[in-house]
Amino acid sequence: MSSTVEAAAARPAVAGAWLHGVVRDADRAALAAIAGMDGAPVRAVSAAGLVAVVSTAPLDEYGEQPLRRNLEDLAWLERAARAHHEVVAALARRGPVVPARLATVHTDDGRVAESLAARRAELVATLDRLTGRGEWGVKGYLVPGAAAVSAEPAGAGGVGTAYLRRRRAQLTARDEGQQAASAAAEEVHAALCELAVAGRRHAPQDRRLSGAATSMVLNGAYLLDLAVLADFTALVGALADRHPEIKLELTGPWPPYSFVAERPAEPTHTVREPR
Amino acid sequence: MTTSLAPNSADDALAYRPVALVDLLDRVLATGVVISGDLTLAIADVDLVRISLRALVASVGALAPPEDAG
Repeated sequence: MSSTVEAAAARPAVAGAWLHGVVRDADRAALAAIAGMDGAPVRAVSAAGLVAVVSTAPLDEYGEQPLRRNLEDLAWLERAARAHHEVVAALARRGPVVPARLATVHTDDGRVAESLAARRAELVATLDRLTGRGEWGVKGYLVPGAAAVSAEPAGAGGVGTAYLRRRRAQLTARDEGQQAASAAAEEVHAALCELAVAGRRHAPQDRRLSGAATSMVLNGAYLLDLAVLADFTALVGALADRHPEIKLELTGPWPPYSFVAERPAEPTHTVREPR
Repeated sequence: MTTSLAPNSADDALAYRPVALVDLLDRVLATGVVISGDLTLAIADVDLVRISLRALVASVGALAPPEDAG
């Protein structure tokens, strides 16, 4: 009978705080309805006139060493990413939010409060910049054979020569197709950036991860004033018509994940093509 | 050759909807604010993120045939 008690006493459940995002203020009742990392409601940690929304994160699962192991586990990673995203998206529906990167764990609420106080000015400026805005994604995929195909040269020659000529023409066409698609991606990105508050390009996704049939030439993220959303959608359609060499796909709305880093430290290489 | 990671396409409504994992990881792993401090266990450690993504690519690579080398 006493063994359970002893086991619990031997391993006290130390709880950290998994940060989802920072908002200006939060209604406690609303937060109670948002499920966090393990299904339990998220909590507010208030400091410096800001509110950090956190999940209680037992350090035996979310501490540094367990986290290293868990991030290697695709099923765990997906569950964590989706749970985190659901919270951030729920906050974004209610107002501006500065989303935290996945797996931002503090050892206790006091540390969260200290972070809020230390970065107050920057967080407030970011919240102001994000108000009334949202993130949309535009991905572009190569459309094989859409670029003008060089006419197959006629001429004398044996079967082997004809094969080589055909093969060379195919390879040339493929290079030309790739170049045309890349150029189209540049133009599309530039045009979208003119309508957006800000735009950036993530690294193209690995086809084995995306399941896409052809290679990705554009993985753009755009911060939009909500007022221009209809124009933006129309522009994506117009650009798709103008550039048959790429297929465009619009995603969103996203919480403004791509527009909160004070400096895009490095180009993002999250899900890149293998070398 | 689709996997559960296949991208969704979205229309233009202002509603949040289920998203493709690969699109989500683009955003939540490499971007987002990092509030760092001495006791913060944030995975701001770039190496760690890269390790986890190698594992991710490997897991998916085991499910799907490798990309055409062309």
